[in-house]
Amino acid sequence: MSEKRATRHGFYDGLVALARDHEDVYAVDADLGSATGSSIFQKAFPERYIDVGIAEQNLVGISVGLARVGIVPFCSSMAVFVVGRGFEIIRNAVAYSRINVKIIGSHTGITAASDGGSHQAIADLAAMRALPNMVVLSPCDYNQAKKMASVMYSHEGPVYLRTSREPVENVTSEEDEITLGRAQKLRSGKDVCIIATGMMTVLAVRASQILESEGIDATIINIHTIKPLDTESIREEVIACKGRVVVCEEANMFGGLSEAVASSLVEENDIVFAQVAIEDRFGQSGATATILEEYGVTPEAIAQKARRVVHH
Amino acid sequence: MERVGALQEKARQIRIDTLDMILSSGSGHIGGSYSACDILVALYYDVMKISKDPADPDRDRFVLSKGHANPVLYAILMDVGYVPKTAKNTLRQFGSPFQGHPDSAVCPGIDCTTGSLGQGITVGVGMALGLKKQHGSQRVFVVTGDGELNEGVCWEAFMAASNFELDNLTIIIDRNMIQLGNNTEKLMKLGDLRGKMESFGFMVDEIDGHDFNALLPALEKKTVGKPHCIIARTVKGKGVSYMENNVAWHGGVPKGDQIAQAYAELGGTYNE
Repeated sequence: MSEKRATRHGFYDGLVALARDHEDVYAVDADLGSATGSSIFQKAFPERYIDVGIAEQNLVGISVGLARVGIVPFCSSMAVFVVGRGFEIIRNAVAYSRINVKIIGSHTGITAASDGGSHQAIADLAAMRALPNMVVLSPCDYNQAKKMASVMYSHEGPVYLRTSREPVENVTSEEDEITLGRAQKLRSGKDVCIIATGMMTVLAVRASQILESEGIDATIINIHTIKPLDTESIREEVIACKGRVVVCEEANMFGGLSEAVASSLVEENDIVFAQVAIEDRFGQSGATATILEEYGVTPEAIAQKARRVVHH
Repeated sequence: MERVGALQEKARQIRIDTLDMILSSGSGHIGGSYSACDILVALYYDVMKISKDPADPDRDRFVLSKGHANPVLYAILMDVGYVPKTAKNTLRQFGSPFQGHPDSAVCPGIDCTTGSLGQGITVGVGMALGLKKQHGSQRVFVVTGDGELNEGVCWEAFMAASNFELDNLTIIIDRNMIQLGNNTEKLMKLGDLRGKMESFGFMVDEIDGHDFNALLPALEKKTVGKPHCIIARTVKGKGVSYMENNVAWHGGVPKGDQIAQAYAELGGTYNE
């Protein structure tokens, strides 16, 4: 098993590499560089790093201004704050205005465990999905997060990237190609289609190993692009698994990937659907393992939902 | 003072065009358009380096943070040739470049989409910072309302403007003393606005915002290492007596005899 690393660090390692070739790449943060990972960029390119202080509205607004004079700003804070407090600026000055600003929300889901519920972003996917013109990305591991910088740069327009504090093993390789808007198949099976995003993809891969030992052959689909969603591949893969699907996300059960996948399947017959997500509760402090157990986001929880849809 | 006389005449015409547009639309914010009119005229027809091509990256940038005053800006954008005059009667209509609040995606010459108060200031600060980072000589001018300063993001942005020593940035506060619901000092008092701006690190000038002799030197001024703030004392509805200093004319549209009186006082005629 590979070394465990966090997506928040993978993304900024990728951004540093991108910035070597592109002078218009800047990073902007709101005094959380050591938490979001942007301090990695600050060390490499101090003259292209802007810290606006603890002011998330201004973080987004200043980034819009930079973009309006030809800079490509990647602005970051913990997702709770940049998406929450920055939302209306993101809505009007970025998404409505179709401005080339990249937004990075770190500490998503409940695995920013010790910080407690105030810092755990569970509604960011729903909020960002709801905005026209917004692309929503959620890499599953360090290797994939690293590639996101150039994917975001190549797409002219608003992008939200969701990163995680939790170090996890890589389930994708450095050589894997990723395409914005395309689902990524990590494992081919026939009994159940497990669709996951972010860290949950790593847990889904672990779940598939449990299931394999029980004779259940799972397909694993990683969704690194939540919007636009690759609904065509999702339909094909789910149908190939007899309509059995489990969707996994480290986000609240409303408005995130699960509902997006469910929407894409409503016109299909004989779908058996299960969801592994946070069940409409806020997070709390605790050791990561304890929190994941408490909130039912574990490989075993995924395997259990998979068994249920298989034996439906 | 031929220069000032020409600007006064231009401002008179722009006020008439603004009235034409608001009447044809049946809605729009005339009071705040008229309080800001002379500031915008001084900028577009004298102080700012503009270009025939609105997409020219080397021109100075203008942000109407009080986006609801857009009819006066639209009148100017047509007059300087950024938008065809055929758009004049399309204010707030479907498919128009003249959206209810300025939208840079559909209207040439709009440097920043605004309408959500406070946003033009934070974006203007980002534009000035970005231009400085790229060693550009362009200046950024932001016109904000006074009621708009209730928004907290303005003060985040002001702090950043002085922190980053944005001497290419000029914030002009259209100090007409009236916001939508009441006098600014009765609704949410701004108090010692000059003192507030100075304490936030701005070089501050306080002038008559309808006097071109005061506007021109103030707008031209730059102080090395400091952003500039002009508190422009203005009259909401300036130019039409029954609108002046009257809270009812934040968003009102003249009707009946008011129409003829407005044109008469502005020295124009109403072409229905």
